[in-house]
Amino acid sequence: MKAFFAQTRTELMLSLRNGEQLLVSIAIPLLLLVFFSLVDVLPLPDGVDKGVQFLTPGILALAVMSSAMVSLGIGTGFERQYKVLKRLGATPLGRSRWVGAKITMVLCLLVIQTLVIGAAACALGWNPGGTPLLAPLAMLLGAAAFAGIGLLMAGTLRGTLTLALANGLYLVLLLLGGMIIPFDQMPGPIGAIGRLLPSGALSQLLQSTLRDGAPSAGSSWLVLAIWAVAAPVAAARFFRWE
Amino acid sequence: MSFPTGASAVPAIEVDDLTIRYGDHVAVFGLSFRAEPGRITALLGPNGAGKTSTVETLEGYRTPTSGRVRVLGLDPQRDHANLVARIGVMLQSGGVYTGIRPLEMLRLFASYYDNPADPAELLDLVGLADRQRSTWRSLSGGEQQRLSLALALIGRPEVAFLDEPTAGIDPTGRQLIRRVVSDLRSEGVAVLLTTHDLDEAEKLADQVVIIDHGRLLADATPTELMQTSDTHEVRFGAPGELDAGALADRLQAPVTEVSPGEYLVGASGTPTLIASLTAWLAEHDLPLGDLRVGRQTLEDVFLRLTESASAAAAVDTDESGSTSRGSRRTGRSRRSRG
Repeated sequence: MKAFFAQTRTELMLSLRNGEQLLVSIAIPLLLLVFFSLVDVLPLPDGVDKGVQFLTPGILALAVMSSAMVSLGIGTGFERQYKVLKRLGATPLGRSRWVGAKITMVLCLLVIQTLVIGAAACALGWNPGGTPLLAPLAMLLGAAAFAGIGLLMAGTLRGTLTLALANGLYLVLLLLGGMIIPFDQMPGPIGAIGRLLPSGALSQLLQSTLRDGAPSAGSSWLVLAIWAVAAPVAAARFFRWE
Repeated sequence: MSFPTGASAVPAIEVDDLTIRYGDHVAVFGLSFRAEPGRITALLGPNGAGKTSTVETLEGYRTPTSGRVRVLGLDPQRDHANLVARIGVMLQSGGVYTGIRPLEMLRLFASYYDNPADPAELLDLVGLADRQRSTWRSLSGGEQQRLSLALALIGRPEVAFLDEPTAGIDPTGRQLIRRVVSDLRSEGVAVLLTTHDLDEAEKLADQVVIIDHGRLLADATPTELMQTSDTHEVRFGAPGELDAGALADRLQAPVTEVSPGEYLVGASGTPTLIASLTAWLAEHDLPLGDLRVGRQTLEDVFLRLTESASAAAAVDTDESGSTSRGSRRTGRSRRSRG
């Protein structure tokens, strides 16, 4: 247990020390939330009058994606490139404790992000509704799906390529995922594709669990569950330590 | 620091008839050697000789194509979980989180082991006590290597694998690493050091295993290797392009400039011959660099062995239809000797 705690503490410390990772996981989501809540330029779904009501669930989904996919993927990709993973392989740490430390690190980041974003949203007048107790479950499923995608990139591509691809994917999944632009404001086919993406499924679920009057999202549970199983399985299958 | 002492009956490292292939390329072929506790064994060879493949097999990273390797009597892959607690590894480069500070990394690694060395003490030993606030990426190459060495020793290993520990390091850092490695001997640690730096092997190693093209060329102590079979030669260093013909006439023996500023006299190193040689240099107001009689440096042995191995390999590959590999290797071995 000593090794596991030390590993987790180090992983968390290194993520919080890394400026780029903090930018992606905290600063950008916060900036989007505050800016688009105050500046009324985005289309809102039918029946929503305040931007923050729609944006907060979407930004929480974005936070999950940024820490579980971007931050984890890029960090691990460079650890692999700089042979940290290879070196750890010749210590008694072991893979299961390493994976456990990574998971715990992402969960800690999620708690920090949720507290920061939740506090900012409340300050902007957010009033959560729906069935909020189910929201953490959706976030956990989302974290598993995004972590799988991030680790799949980190374990198969060079660090710099993972960096580029993770950031590109972040933008695409953000725009098509209904996080800032509602699905009902997108052309039909694009919205349909977006709902099948992990970002789309997660944002749908967080809308329905955190906002009164949001459309029910039964099929999104299924879509997200499939991603949450398939992506980690693919990562475990194709991950190369060197 | 104290390390486990006591030589057990089991050799620290056993390599028996090891062959490693990557597709068509044979990296290591039929290699056998042993390394003992309390001794520094240098695995020496030009770049691409098969050193890293051999060491990575011993560390459990690679599967031998055939043959058998044991570390402390254990199979590096099958008994990996038991073995990693007892070995220390220093990779050629990297292996450390880029944003971490030296003491943080040592403390992290210390948490992996049941009875680790003291991180602060070890940091001091490798001369990094004053670099505690710097992250890995802001350390110099030499400082990074020294931290890697400390990380290899944090678990008080019984066997330490050091892959090119002083490659590309300034002289001060090199001295420090050599001193730390040398001290491991008295702690009973078996050290396997890969290097293409002959000077390092000569200064540090108790046993030298020379390989090229994945094959064993020699396995002996440095002294054994350097005792030349042919004592009919005298080597000396002097300014380049001196009048070898005139000197040969004076000595009544052939004189050749084997490399710039390095001369070979084909005669026994009798006191008379040496007297004539130094007298001739004095008459011409020339300085004498070094002077060796009946004793080769490891470099001489190494070049002779690797060049003949390259020539043999070139013949092999010519016969099998693919060419130039052997001659390219020779070129590399020449470059890597400095």
